[in-house]
Amino acid sequence: MRDISLHLMDIIQNSITANSNRIVTTISTDNEKDFLYISIKDNGKGMSKEFLENVIDPFTTSRTTRKVGLGIPLFKESAERAEGFLSIESELGKGTLVSVSYKISHIDRLPLGDIAQTFSQLVMASPEIEFELKMNNGSDSIQINTVEIQDTLGEVPITNFEVIEWINNYITESIKCIFGGVLDEILS
Amino acid sequence: MKSLAELAAIREKALKEISLRQSNDGYKIIVGMATCGIAAGARPVMNSFVEELKKRNLTNATVSMTGCVGVCRLEPMVEVIAPDGEKTTYVKMSPEMVEKIVVEHIVNGKPVKEYTIGNADN
Repeated sequence: MRDISLHLMDIIQNSITANSNRIVTTISTDNEKDFLYISIKDNGKGMSKEFLENVIDPFTTSRTTRKVGLGIPLFKESAERAEGFLSIESELGKGTLVSVSYKISHIDRLPLGDIAQTFSQLVMASPEIEFELKMNNGSDSIQINTVEIQDTLGEVPITNFEVIEWINNYITESIKCIFGGVLDEILS
Repeated sequence: MKSLAELAAIREKALKEISLRQSNDGYKIIVGMATCGIAAGARPVMNSFVEELKKRNLTNATVSMTGCVGVCRLEPMVEVIAPDGEKTTYVKMSPEMVEKIVVEHIVNGKPVKEYTIGNADN
């Protein structure tokens, strides 16, 4: 995967497959510690202890069509390459929390990528799911929630192309506001 | 900065347009968005479909995602299901190929044969 937004796309698909109807993604930075934190929390079916213990192994998957699953191992490896880590907490019937960190200034840290495209497309494909995205740089924060957007829209579907474009632009501007100058790849 | 007021304006405009998007009586465009598809570039492909449909003001198609279609080496893959149920599988997609599929398949109803799985040179 070329950037963090693609990993997010991949990991959020897991939450969707686990029948979540609310998925909260948080992207935050701690400049003093020089760390970028990302978490994905869902209310899906969760994993058993046994499955959780092995989930980082690429030869573990809940799929029955094939015996490999590379999403989580790839995400973990990308974090570890940049002195970060990946951890997963999960409880059957309650949901799963995936937390990832990267050392911001590390030469191998992946760029954030197009977070807006990831989210606008997830909304397009799964409008029935509540997506929340929180962005925080330690002093300012912005969040966007698809249920609030749908409330504003009333009977107009959130998948309306102009709405999707608005979501895309809103997130792009928010990322600039919050992480411009904080992460080198994002110009303020 | 974008605001919710703009969203309300989009709502007003959409309500004036008589045909709100119907989701079940048109073409279904389904993009494979598993680890393999994403790594191969499926997201920009899906983005191009949404942009092309918006640009041409087409309301007879919806775009969604699915998991691994099963032929990872041919990703990014896109399935187009016509209103009559006929399924076409496009392989090794790139954003540049999207316009042709939208114009010839979604608008004119003729699948673009050269991009289909039957034409893949392995």
